[in-house]
Amino acid sequence: MPQDIKTKYKSPLSHLLNPGHTACAGCGMIVAARLVLDAAGPNTIVTNATGCSEVTTTQYPMTSYKQPWIHSLFENPAAVASGILAALKVKGLADKINVIAIGGDGATFDIGLVHISGMWERGENILYVCYDNEAYQNTGYQSSGATPLAAATSTTPAGNKSWGSDLPKKDMIRIALAHNLPYVATATTGYPLDIIAKTKKALSIKGPKYLQIYTPCVPGWGIEPKDTLSTSQLAVQSGFYPIVEYVNGELIKAQKITKKVPVENFLKLQKRFKHLFKSPEGQKEIAKIQALAEKNIRDFNLL
Amino acid sequence: MKIKLTVQPGTTDQVKTGHWREIHYPIIDHEKCIGCDLCAKICPEGICFPTSKKNSQGKIFYENDLDYCKGCSLCAEICPVKCITMKEEFK
Amino acid sequence: MLKILEGSRAIAETINACKPGVISAYPITPQTHIVEELAKMKADGEAGYEYIRAESEFAAASIVLGSLATGIRSYTATSSQGLLLMTEVIYNIAGMRLPLVMTCANRAVSAPINIWNDQQDAVTMRDSGWLLWFGETNQEVCDLHILAYKIAEKLQLPVMVNLDGFILTHVVEPVAVETTEKIKKFLPAYQPTEILDVNNPLTLGAFATPTHYFEIREELHDDIVASKAVMKKEMADFKKIFSRDLALVEYYGDKKAETVLVAMGSVLGTIKDAVDEIQENNKTKKQKNKIGVLKIVSLRPWPEEEILTALKDAKNIAVIDKSISLGTEGILATEIKRTIGDSKNITSFIVGLGGRDVTKEMIKHIYKLADKNQEKAVFVSK
Repeated sequence: MPQDIKTKYKSPLSHLLNPGHTACAGCGMIVAARLVLDAAGPNTIVTNATGCSEVTTTQYPMTSYKQPWIHSLFENPAAVASGILAALKVKGLADKINVIAIGGDGATFDIGLVHISGMWERGENILYVCYDNEAYQNTGYQSSGATPLAAATSTTPAGNKSWGSDLPKKDMIRIALAHNLPYVATATTGYPLDIIAKTKKALSIKGPKYLQIYTPCVPGWGIEPKDTLSTSQLAVQSGFYPIVEYVNGELIKAQKITKKVPVENFLKLQKRFKHLFKSPEGQKEIAKIQALAEKNIRDFNLL
Repeated sequence: MKIKLTVQPGTTDQVKTGHWREIHYPIIDHEKCIGCDLCAKICPEGICFPTSKKNSQGKIFYENDLDYCKGCSLCAEICPVKCITMKEEFK
Repeated sequence: MLKILEGSRAIAETINACKPGVISAYPITPQTHIVEELAKMKADGEAGYEYIRAESEFAAASIVLGSLATGIRSYTATSSQGLLLMTEVIYNIAGMRLPLVMTCANRAVSAPINIWNDQQDAVTMRDSGWLLWFGETNQEVCDLHILAYKIAEKLQLPVMVNLDGFILTHVVEPVAVETTEKIKKFLPAYQPTEILDVNNPLTLGAFATPTHYFEIREELHDDIVASKAVMKKEMADFKKIFSRDLALVEYYGDKKAETVLVAMGSVLGTIKDAVDEIQENNKTKKQKNKIGVLKIVSLRPWPEEEILTALKDAKNIAVIDKSISLGTEGILATEIKRTIGDSKNITSFIVGLGGRDVTKEMIKHIYKLADKNQEKAVFVSK
């Protein structure tokens, strides 16, 4: 303990996610998880996919969670949530208790997608929250459907014949919108108050909701813990990751870029894009990413 | 069935993650603090919190619980009045 | 009340009478009629459960996992590929000690794709931590479901009640379908405490490191072993209320038989008929070789002592499986050999794969081969 600290402060631990979890220093996911759970309040049942949000928080016989919380498998939090809601209906509590399913981008974009689709199709009053850190970070940074173009992951490594991922990110927001959800939104740890506001708004709307939160992964992205804030803000300010909000399929808000930056500023903070800066050819890849950002800026009128 | 598979809420609080902190810890200039709560919002550990104490402006100021602080610096990064500095820790 | 019903309808009426709160299912032949009947009862206002149409069997199992974790009695049913698709959830439900009752209408497993009956699907779940029961008749199957809820909820162990697809699910015969009032005398309301509840916010499904996992799995094993004694007691109580017998194993024929045929499920009907004829024929020919039949109702828990007692005097044991552990022998045969040891002739006979008819002649053929002490599995296809 530092010598110059005279008063030792004890946190009242008033959040619904306690410390003592093993998330990395600066973890974006755990920030998003806590903000969502706090915003939802104690009258909430949470079901969580396998992944960092489960493994860092619930090492038997302990848990960081203070709401009723269940983890079953990687791909099924949406289906488990459907079962929880059905049980609450039987108990006459369905209108009194929030049901939230949480999964990472692997659980959401890839392995669990069919069950999310089924839950949405049934029109159930459940909020699905995806923390999107753009790869299977928990198992060591493998590429997922959410991995962006040219990101190096352990299954899309950069090399003499590879610029990393050769596929653009799957558009999960449009998949959600195709299910006619009453509420679809993105948010990011870069703007924590927005996560709280969107969680509360989502929960005020009856029916299936989707909230996708952009959460930097310190080891997976190869950033400094402190850069969780700046990278997620630069993702927004460059147009790389638009922060949008749809109600009943209509785009009601897209967060404006206050000070436009080139995607380069976002990319260069991260080891997963380091290879793009090593040769002039890498500039061509950066230009492709810039073009995707420009498309976002046009599509969502971000300026 | 004798082994309880369910777990009591919030019990990871017994794991003090403060020893993870390798380099820096936050020092808060309480006089500069405007009590905006953003450090509390961004803290991954949820241990940046309003104390019951007030500064000379009458604002309730914030502190960190170093038992859990992993030294990530996000509180310092987000502080709009830059009242949090990360100080090197000598063990 | 005795009703003449299709097997699937009889099961559906029994399930409805057990008053589950949540049912979720996905169609697959030959289970489909069961969940269709349950949907119809709901549509007709004859049922109070929530019926959740799932996007796959994996989802159906996950949905009832969620409803059980929230403290509500639940039900699902499946077959074959559906059961295999559920596998990950099947193991998860057992590990989480959730008392699901599920019907499996037994069907062959692809490939080649085949919709007809054998028991390969269910035996594949042998090591999943579920109690696995096999009914011979629709009456027994219905009764086993009532018992299943009692045992599952008392011991926090999931139960899979198996019946042969088509052979039982689609056959119309008289079945006494019990009423809710009568079932309530046997089966109390499901009132668990360790559930998802905002007033007692527990975490379910925490991950266990090597420090804890081993003992948790060991206890699951111990509890499955111990479930046998509870089943015996509950079967006796069942008889008091419903006046019908249920047993872990059932012996048929001469108690001092030299040759005993062992099997699970509806094939026992054919076996018993064949055995009657063999017995008659032996009498006529003044042969002394006596024959018996051992029906195994419970594959898990494994009724070790009951089997040892039943097969005490047998010299030749023919184990008739409608499934196979490819590369070795029938799964029931392996279990019987482990229990009996090598003091007797035990032969694994494989019959009925993919819906191949099992005839009395085939059983008689098996009887003739039973004393040959063959080490390899014998396929009896015609």
